[in-house]
Amino acid sequence: MQVTRFPERAQGPAERMAGFMAHLRMNGIPAGLNETETALAALGAVDAGDIGEVRSALKAICAGDADQEMRFDELFDAYWRNRGRKRGGASVTHSAHNMQAKGAGNYRLASGASDEAGEADTPDDGTEGEAGRAGTGQLIASRVSTIEKTDLRKLMTPEDLERAEQVAERIAKSIRDRRSRRRKAAARGAVLDMRKILRRSVNRGGEPIDLFYKTRPDRPARIVALLDVSGSMTVYARVFLAFLKGLVSADQATDAYLFHTQLVRISDALRDSDTMRAVNRLSIMAQGFGGGTRIGANLKIFNAQYAAQSVNGRSVVIILSDGYDTDPPEMVADALARLKRRGARIVWLNPLKGWEGYEPVARGMAAALPYLDHFAAANTLDDLAALEPWLNGI
Amino acid sequence: MTWQSLQADLSSAGYVASDDLAMALFLAVTLGKPLLLEGPAGVGKTQIAKTLAELQGAKLIRLQCYEGLDASHAIYEWNYQRQLLSIRAAAEDHKPSDEIEDHIFSEKFLLQRPLLEAIRQEKPAVLLIDEIDRADEEFEAYLLEVLSDFQITIPEIGTIEAKTRPHVILTANGARDLSDALRRRCLYNFVDYPDRRTEMAILARRCPDIEARLAEQIVGFVQALRREELEKKPGIAEMLDWAAALAGLGVNDLADDPVQTQATLVCLLKTERDRAAVPKEVQQRLAGKAA
Repeated sequence: MQVTRFPERAQGPAERMAGFMAHLRMNGIPAGLNETETALAALGAVDAGDIGEVRSALKAICAGDADQEMRFDELFDAYWRNRGRKRGGASVTHSAHNMQAKGAGNYRLASGASDEAGEADTPDDGTEGEAGRAGTGQLIASRVSTIEKTDLRKLMTPEDLERAEQVAERIAKSIRDRRSRRRKAAARGAVLDMRKILRRSVNRGGEPIDLFYKTRPDRPARIVALLDVSGSMTVYARVFLAFLKGLVSADQATDAYLFHTQLVRISDALRDSDTMRAVNRLSIMAQGFGGGTRIGANLKIFNAQYAAQSVNGRSVVIILSDGYDTDPPEMVADALARLKRRGARIVWLNPLKGWEGYEPVARGMAAALPYLDHFAAANTLDDLAALEPWLNGI
Repeated sequence: MTWQSLQADLSSAGYVASDDLAMALFLAVTLGKPLLLEGPAGVGKTQIAKTLAELQGAKLIRLQCYEGLDASHAIYEWNYQRQLLSIRAAAEDHKPSDEIEDHIFSEKFLLQRPLLEAIRQEKPAVLLIDEIDRADEEFEAYLLEVLSDFQITIPEIGTIEAKTRPHVILTANGARDLSDALRRRCLYNFVDYPDRRTEMAILARRCPDIEARLAEQIVGFVQALRREELEKKPGIAEMLDWAAALAGLGVNDLADDPVQTQATLVCLLKTERDRAAVPKEVQQRLAGKAA
């Protein structure tokens, strides 16, 4: 066994341990004072001379998830056994972690904020906030009276396209707004608020005359959007991308992906407030934009890599694609079946469906149909707006 | 107690723990920290809490999480029926309402739920918070508070301090991401499917009657099966069920008895699709590999 040599000019175990925590932090494992303290206490409980024991103990203390646990051994060796790899892989892992942490933090923030906003909207007398909801939608609809009915293929001038993009983005944002305002009336809640009832009944000699109910605010559905940017979808890609941008920027929990022959996650790129940088990031990600499509394979990858974290019973998976697939149709069916089993609702928006006389005969599309909760057209902005009532209904 | 002795104790109680898991559990017990265990279903995350309780002679208090779990199911609830009766009785005696209120919101009318029960034990209990990732984020936040202070505040009574600190074990299998705050508060171990050697040890410990050769085949087969693309990979419990089934049927060699083997696969493959994905040929190939 190699003798543990302590790097730098650390004075005592406490300082060395603090140095190790700094090393972990630099490599994307968020270890702090609390961990240092625990680690020092742990050293007293195990044989501090046995490097295997110490490693095992520190791993239990410092690692926070499976990924960090996997990387821990290497980081441990690099620091305590002085292999000089102090910054190994720092930039990549660190930034990846930061992005995750940031996303998670923002999500909590976002949901909290929307809750408050929603509370303010909820009328106390228990009538539902339906009136307000309908109002917003109308407003948007009337503002965009001409462009919304035009088939997106016919938008030729850059001005039209830009306008369509704006509208698509606004529609997407309004979807989020309306969802978060959905509240059940407390006067018709599901559960009796026994605590309150009893308190009030004391004055009435134990007769529960006034009834109070408890209700849980509906949590918004979590949207995951997958956009097909293959050759056959090119004419729609710009507007749909704007739609995705609207969805993503309205809600931190929304996830967006592009796929053609590969699948790329674009949520972070779309959230980038700097437009030019966002465009750059996107164009780098979308190498192969406008080529062939592999829907089945991409859905499979989505299932394997992302679905476990991001798809649950409250998720709505929106697929924007024309269904032309170079993979065998069974693959799409199989992938959708798996996705469905996670409890998610699946929406397929197909621009071709708006065409007159369209039948879903593309083999991939036909195979997917049995697994869809909602299959709708998407060749005009109206169609995108029509998604909202459906989302509110679920 | 050292971590090796804990590992040995676990083993004699029928739980074969990896070094890392034994160390994590040892530290959790020694340092009084909660332990978060993550991993696929059926690798013995829940079992370790049961075994620990058994070893310590402690009470196992289990809180099964689910979506919508709230304080009244996890911490405490007032006993409304008794309160109502008591109000009626008191009203007949014409007691002032202040007095009645003080009376009905006293500990006598409190129903303890797992979290409160756990900190009120005379002897440290083992508190198993199962599938924490199924509970809502709000509950997670509340749990953090309980886990850091080990005290529970009830508005009507005041703060209830812990009599003893329970050993807390949380399990999760990735239904959703847990908050960083919770992860940081806990010791962590990822419990994966056991390797071949460990699984052999588990099988030998739990079903000592099985012949060495059959045991090797069983473990080999299950290990190979986990590498197949299945919806639900068989866990340790499934492996043990299967071993018991084969032993019960008197199968001595998987390769000799493909019909029985095929028939007993119900113990391992729990969905229709997985059954279809492992037809006879695959099964024979796996069995061949295992033999």
